[in-house]
Amino acid sequence: MAIKLSVESVSAWYGEKLAIQDITMDIEDRMVTAVIGPSGCGKSTLIRCLNRMHETIPKARVEGKVLLQGEDIYAASPVSVRRRIGMVFQKANPFPTMSIYDNVAAGLRLNGVRNRDELDKAVLGSLKQAALWDEVKDSLDESGASLSGGQQQRLCIARALAVKPEVLLMDEPCSALDPIATAKIEDLIFDLKKDFTLVVVTHNMQQAARVSETTAFMYLGKLIEVNNTRELFERPREALTESYITGRFG
Amino acid sequence: MKLPLDRDTRRRWIDVAMGVAAFVCVVIAIIPLGSILLEASIRGLRSLSPALLTSTTGGGGIGNAIQGTLILILLSALVSLPVGILTGIYLAEFGKNRLGAAVRFFVEVMTQVPSMVVGIFVYSLVLELGLIGLGSPRLVFSTISGVLALSTIMVPFVARTSEEALRLVPIAVRESSLALGIPRYRTILRVVVPSASSALVTGGLLGIARVAGETAPLLVTAFGSNDWFRGLDQPIESLPHTIYVWATGPYVAQNQAAWGVSLVLVVMMLGLSIVSRVVIRLRSVSR
Repeated sequence: MAIKLSVESVSAWYGEKLAIQDITMDIEDRMVTAVIGPSGCGKSTLIRCLNRMHETIPKARVEGKVLLQGEDIYAASPVSVRRRIGMVFQKANPFPTMSIYDNVAAGLRLNGVRNRDELDKAVLGSLKQAALWDEVKDSLDESGASLSGGQQQRLCIARALAVKPEVLLMDEPCSALDPIATAKIEDLIFDLKKDFTLVVVTHNMQQAARVSETTAFMYLGKLIEVNNTRELFERPREALTESYITGRFG
Repeated sequence: MKLPLDRDTRRRWIDVAMGVAAFVCVVIAIIPLGSILLEASIRGLRSLSPALLTSTTGGGGIGNAIQGTLILILLSALVSLPVGILTGIYLAEFGKNRLGAAVRFFVEVMTQVPSMVVGIFVYSLVLELGLIGLGSPRLVFSTISGVLALSTIMVPFVARTSEEALRLVPIAVRESSLALGIPRYRTILRVVVPSASSALVTGGLLGIARVAGETAPLLVTAFGSNDWFRGLDQPIESLPHTIYVWATGPYVAQNQAAWGVSLVLVVMMLGLSIVSRVVIRLRSVSR
């Protein structure tokens, strides 16, 4: 198995507060890695460290290394890192003043791509990849805010895919969606792993079990266990993992 | 369970009473506004004529005052909108530190300074600078110092409304732009600012409206003139100044005509706000 991302003793702080402590794990190429754990355990902080979004918060700080195919992302420019490692957030947040088309094209356009054909192609491709094309092909000029919640989230996924990242980080992408919209996103995650490496933070253990190959369990800012998803849910090595997945806390 | 019916009747009465009270308050609030508009319209329309609008105050008209107000507003907006909006961007996007807090405090204080004080400040500033050889004491009464005074009032106003407008843009919008690998400055200029554009335009317009009616600072800076615009270094007439002079002057005909001038000023402001609202609507539809 090829390793896409290696996290090497990463710790992160918000001001004085230590949020995650000494995390080390590998993320496999073209697989889905799920990160689970109770609220406040640091799972969002962890994935925000993987594309240098953590440091956009004032007074936030990171230590340790994250290697993208052997290259330390903390030695590179954050802008170039984020183009290769995209992110989808918990709440769907299309750019409010932009149309559906412009939303998907935004990442390319604001990075200097002017060629209309190239933009058209990227928008078409990304909307198809995000399984949204059939629903919006006749309304590309309408505001992104006119879509339903689930469609908006797929629009955000399309927007992230348009810049052709290698890794896609998803921070609880379904937690604001109804079961049908959630199922669509999960199907999408399944399709996307053919071309992308995905890291999905989720509250929902069933979801982690359904979509991922590898699952990491975090608790109180520490990585307790990371293993093949099936192994982790059926034969957890740590007592803490077992009590979390059996619902004894969290 | 049995509900006490009398309690419910009481609630209804209170509901009706509160509704009536709110309505009465609205009427009380609208009476002065409505009567100003009505009075200015009725009395103003009587004194309006093509000759009034086209001749100078020297010839009994207000053409030069309209011209002067437009010039003053335009130049002040050219100075204040960029400075004010950029200050707002600084405060909203980079102002979470001591310098930002200090700037915010000064902006806040500046918006509270009485406009007459601003006028006197600019008057003495231009005078002192003129005396030490920067410019000339003659510039005290000029378009330039008028614009300086109006801009001093407008910049903090626009800065504050811009900061508030930009703060209303959700952090999620900034984050998702950054996460696309869009650099921070482009995120701000191309994503955050457009998201706040209608609030920014409203803030700018309010700023323009705020200074368009200023009289006090212009008395000691732009001064007033009976002629058409003669240059940036010369005194300039403005509508509020004409209203002030005519309304307080000894001639009944001028007192009457002052109503017409007021109407012109009100209509100009109304037109400005309608035009900008239409522009915003057209833009948001076309997107």
